[in-house]
Amino acid sequence: MARRVLKSIAVASSLSLAVLLSACADVGTGGDTASPGSTAATTGGGDQAGGTLDCEAYKKFGDLEGTTVTVYTSIIAPEDQPHIDSWVPFEECTGVDVEYEGSKEFEAQLLVRVKGGNAPDIAYVPQPGLLATLVRETGKVVEAPAETSANVDEFFDPAWKGYGSVDGKFYAAPLGANVKSYVWYSPKTFTEKGYEVPETWDDLMTLTEKIAADNPDAKPWCAGFGSGDATGWPGTDWLEDVLMRTAGPDVYDQWVAHEIPFNDAKVVEALDTAGKILKDPKYVNGGFGDVNSIATTTFQDGGQPILQGKCFMHRQASFYAANWPEGTKVAEDGDAWAFYLPAVDPEAGKPVLGGGEFVAAFADRPEVKAFQTYLSSADWANEKAKATPNGGWVSANKGLEIDNLASPIDRLSAETLQDEKAVFRFDGSDMMPSVVGAGTFWKGMTDWITGQSTQESLDFIERSWPQ
Amino acid sequence: MKIMDKFGDMLMAIVVFALVVVLIVALAWLVGQIRTRASGKVQGFIYILPVLIMLLGGLVYPAILTIRQAFGGPTGDEGFGVENFVAVFTRPELLRPLINTAIWVVCVPVFATIVGLAYAVLVDRSRFEAFAKALIFLPMAISMVGASIIWKFMYDFRAAGETQVGLFNAILTGIGFQPVDFMQIRWWNTFFLIVVMVWIQAGFAMTVLSAAIKGIPDEIIEAAKIDGTTGWKLFRFITLPSIRGSLVVVLTTVGIATLKVFDVVRTMTGGQFDTSVLALEFYNYSFRYSQYGTGAALAVVLFILVLPIVIYNVVQMRKDA
Repeated sequence: MARRVLKSIAVASSLSLAVLLSACADVGTGGDTASPGSTAATTGGGDQAGGTLDCEAYKKFGDLEGTTVTVYTSIIAPEDQPHIDSWVPFEECTGVDVEYEGSKEFEAQLLVRVKGGNAPDIAYVPQPGLLATLVRETGKVVEAPAETSANVDEFFDPAWKGYGSVDGKFYAAPLGANVKSYVWYSPKTFTEKGYEVPETWDDLMTLTEKIAADNPDAKPWCAGFGSGDATGWPGTDWLEDVLMRTAGPDVYDQWVAHEIPFNDAKVVEALDTAGKILKDPKYVNGGFGDVNSIATTTFQDGGQPILQGKCFMHRQASFYAANWPEGTKVAEDGDAWAFYLPAVDPEAGKPVLGGGEFVAAFADRPEVKAFQTYLSSADWANEKAKATPNGGWVSANKGLEIDNLASPIDRLSAETLQDEKAVFRFDGSDMMPSVVGAGTFWKGMTDWITGQSTQESLDFIERSWPQ
Repeated sequence: MKIMDKFGDMLMAIVVFALVVVLIVALAWLVGQIRTRASGKVQGFIYILPVLIMLLGGLVYPAILTIRQAFGGPTGDEGFGVENFVAVFTRPELLRPLINTAIWVVCVPVFATIVGLAYAVLVDRSRFEAFAKALIFLPMAISMVGASIIWKFMYDFRAAGETQVGLFNAILTGIGFQPVDFMQIRWWNTFFLIVVMVWIQAGFAMTVLSAAIKGIPDEIIEAAKIDGTTGWKLFRFITLPSIRGSLVVVLTTVGIATLKVFDVVRTMTGGQFDTSVLALEFYNYSFRYSQYGTGAALAVVLFILVLPIVIYNVVQMRKDA
């Protein structure tokens, strides 16, 4: 009897072990079987004819066959699959096995892991501020190899290289990007009502007034600052976007670097300008309630009333495209689309606020360097675009063929990023010390929208800046 | 391959653990063979040695490190100064959580105990006792985050004229009042969050106190009744003194749990609208702002606040024993 029980246990456990093993084998080979876009020809890709990767470029890193590179990111399923797929050509060229690990707690965990001696080879760092902390506090970030640096010089706006540098040394190449200077609206409704996309800030305010006068049952704007324990960040984007327009990119740079105080008169002016929209009960908050409701409305819900005609405009980043319900046509002539948040003086340039991730390395093995170089190349950017058939991904890489991007809004973002007149600046809160950029700045904006004065809110944030 | 490696690591760890256990037992056995007067004590010492090592390495050493960091400036590793503690007691974004935590620690144990006690007395020996107890004990089975999400819906707010999703606002608008955004009424919002914690903890209070009430000998109650003591007097002079020990346990246990409150605030408001508490800010400073020094100072303040409750609890338990 006992023997029979033992036997069945043994059978069952070996069975489950076998299932487990085959499951993990699937995970291991899943990436290899899918070879995305290997037949799709790229147009005018220069040295890379036919869309296949030029393996020569990675030969100089030596024989990498059988080596492994670990990648740690905040991107979790299902957004991770396009990333994993985009590495396949590199893996086939070099024989390197790239292991992916995504975590929702990435930002809290990365520093702990690096300090604890358990750093990944590569991490996708979404904030220059976090990169600076990693470099200065752990000293374990490895400078980017010359090949990567050359790629960044060739394919990116110099501003991007600056964001990947700390104390004059270049560490991390930019990876993906997003554009924040957008106002979402409904082209259908605008056509029906005869509204035109505004070209200047004054036009925008005139249009706002007109919408408010024409539509007693709706509000021109809707907004949402809610985002769980990150509540307040959409407010920081508003202030940054407006400051770049009212005071110019140079003042913006000084402000981010704390060369002028956080509560400088120019910043007060910018926040008051934003307040003329956000804190006016005549203009907000379409479909949700009074001005206060902005604080509790999640940013995902924020723009939805546009589809019901309860509001007309919603300032939010390009990634908001993912938040429209299924079946919404996101296109220039569709249910939802975005226009560039107009400049105060369009002649003086086109300020663009945006964000992105950077590739930081914690090991200086040749395979890690080769992989860094691959990720900074135009080859990878195009490969990633093709591996993301549902859209929702853009890079500031100038070698990125816009036709490779799947969704119209991604193409618009890439055009905005590659625009000659565009003056790109990185999201300021992501570059400030995190106690401000992810703490008091968020809290200050939340308190501001719920009634605190502009001066008080900015004074509060200035006092919290680390000495 | 990766999972296989992990199995290997796990197997290795189990083998090492088994070896350590065997080593300790063998060592103790050897000492036991010597049969001198001290051998018994040495044997005992060998058995508690692993626990001691783990306590020192896993609790005492990190505690000392944390205290050191708390005095080491915002990043925790520069010089020696009290600026972190000054910050905790002066900067508005840290002072508010401190005051809020004090409010929590006073309110939650008191209300949870009152609710639990009243409930235990009311349902005692009634026909529906088991069912009624199950009802109030249910929230204990829900995680803090789960409970917070449930209550988030209860308090949910939509503008006047819209369909109210939240129960309270549905009731308010139903009887003709304006809807209220509960999470945004400063100062009161902390009490609305406290309700959630009381809801979770009342079941625990009720269970312990109900058992204590049942433990009062029938003779005492009968004697009191013969003497003409009934109702409130019976409760005040017989029941309450008899369950004093259990009351202390409930108050202190709930008090310690409350000091550590984190999930409720993080889930419901994210610490915004002046609702933040110490444990949440400790997490923020240590892991989100990488200001380990300030985070450590918050942890030390929390620790100092817990101490008197723990000491009181231990003293009471010794008295009872």
